[in-house]
Amino acid sequence: MSGIKISEDHEWVSLDGDTATVGITDYAQNALGDVVFVELPEVGASFAKGDEVAVVESVKAASEIYAPVSGEITGVNAALEDQPDKINQSPLDDGWLFRIRLSDAGEIDELMDEDAYASFVAGLK
Amino acid sequence: MSDPLNRTPLHEFHVAHGAKMVPFAGYDMPVQYPLGVLKEHLFTREKAGLFDVSHMGQVLLRGSGGTDVAKAFEALVPGNIAGLKPGGLRYTMLLNSDGGILDDLMVTRYEQQENTLYLVVNAACKDADLAHIEQSLAGIASLERLDDRALLALQGPRASAVLGAMAPEVMDMGFMTSASVEIDGVSCHISRSGYTGEDGYEISLPGDKAEAFAEQLAASDDVEPIGLGARDSLRLEAGLCLYGSDIDVTTSPVEAGLLWAIPKARREAGDFPGAERILRELADGPARKRVGILPDGRAPVRHGADILDEGGSVIGTITSGGFGPSLGRPVAMGYVKTEFAGEGTEIGLTVRGRILPGRVAPMPFVEQRYYRKPKSS
Repeated sequence: MSGIKISEDHEWVSLDGDTATVGITDYAQNALGDVVFVELPEVGASFAKGDEVAVVESVKAASEIYAPVSGEITGVNAALEDQPDKINQSPLDDGWLFRIRLSDAGEIDELMDEDAYASFVAGLK
Repeated sequence: MSDPLNRTPLHEFHVAHGAKMVPFAGYDMPVQYPLGVLKEHLFTREKAGLFDVSHMGQVLLRGSGGTDVAKAFEALVPGNIAGLKPGGLRYTMLLNSDGGILDDLMVTRYEQQENTLYLVVNAACKDADLAHIEQSLAGIASLERLDDRALLALQGPRASAVLGAMAPEVMDMGFMTSASVEIDGVSCHISRSGYTGEDGYEISLPGDKAEAFAEQLAASDDVEPIGLGARDSLRLEAGLCLYGSDIDVTTSPVEAGLLWAIPKARREAGDFPGAERILRELADGPARKRVGILPDGRAPVRHGADILDEGGSVIGTITSGGFGPSLGRPVAMGYVKTEFAGEGTEIGLTVRGRILPGRVAPMPFVEQRYYRKPKSS
């Protein structure tokens, strides 16, 4: 996947026009462990950048997902309801979480590119 | 700066096997290995899991000056300790004078030494427990901490075959019995017991021999090392209490549903700490009870969630909850007011500000598969 932007909370954002697809990175799924439940936002709901928008739960713990950009939810990955482990199997593709229509296109530039994210993750170890 | 974490004798083993290490009760412990919590859990139920539980406190308690140590120890716990045969072990609880649970523990009548009990207590309670025991039994019994010993647990349906290949005599040990067994020159004290609901063993051995011993077990295709994450989900499915979450100084054995650990003779004698409250709760029923809870949906309901009645009033709290890998669904336990403790009672569970439906359910959630000795003919 090319041209994705990534937040410091380990969410990737792939922009298509004014709408972004959002998921969690491979680093994040690996840190969380086996995902057993995902709570997704309502389509039509609006979130500001940094709001809690979804919850991803492993056997052991629940982890909040924060909106990497502000906007309105236009779609969610309903397949995760029955197969939450898609997040582990395919975090950057089949394991996407939701789509959001950006209310402030400029926010995308505040996110890291893949190289910057790689350095960011290296700094966490 | 916090205190540096203690390490068990298996620390290098954990790191070599790729464990993710976390602080737990003052120790640097493996929460999971590369297999991951879900697969570690399922592997234990299918084959055998190897757990490092060396952080737990192992001690010997010896009677002195003609005191029968088992009888003396009964002053602190409500279990039948005096009736233990040599090598036999029991689950019991240290109680305070209000009948609150100071800790839960395993007590063995140590068959190697006269008038001696072998105790295994929770890591987080270790220092307080030992101070309490020493103070209570001052002059009549003395404690020896076995800090140089490691403690391993091998749990699962293949545990007997795997350990039996190293020491055949363990295969026909009865559930809740122990024996001293020499394996490749290492003196082990082995009990048939555990914390997963499966058949299995807990193996006490010298710390400096533990790593080689663990590697030998882990070399079997039927064994994987298992972290604290799966240890917790396994015991939750088995309906077993975690001290500090499901039981503590505010809970009594009656509320906690641990009456099976208080035999009739001890109830009649009423000669244990907190007997007044416990006997009253036995006669009148406790105000609240620990129950199993199955959330209806897929969302795990975790420690601290409110339990509600149909009208939305709070009737209790979840004390342990998560996802049960063997059931493929969320499972939980908690305390509810006694009138709501009946099986099948419909309840609400507060999760992130919403109320999810669930019901009171019998425990254990999975069938216990402890070893039953064949009847001799």
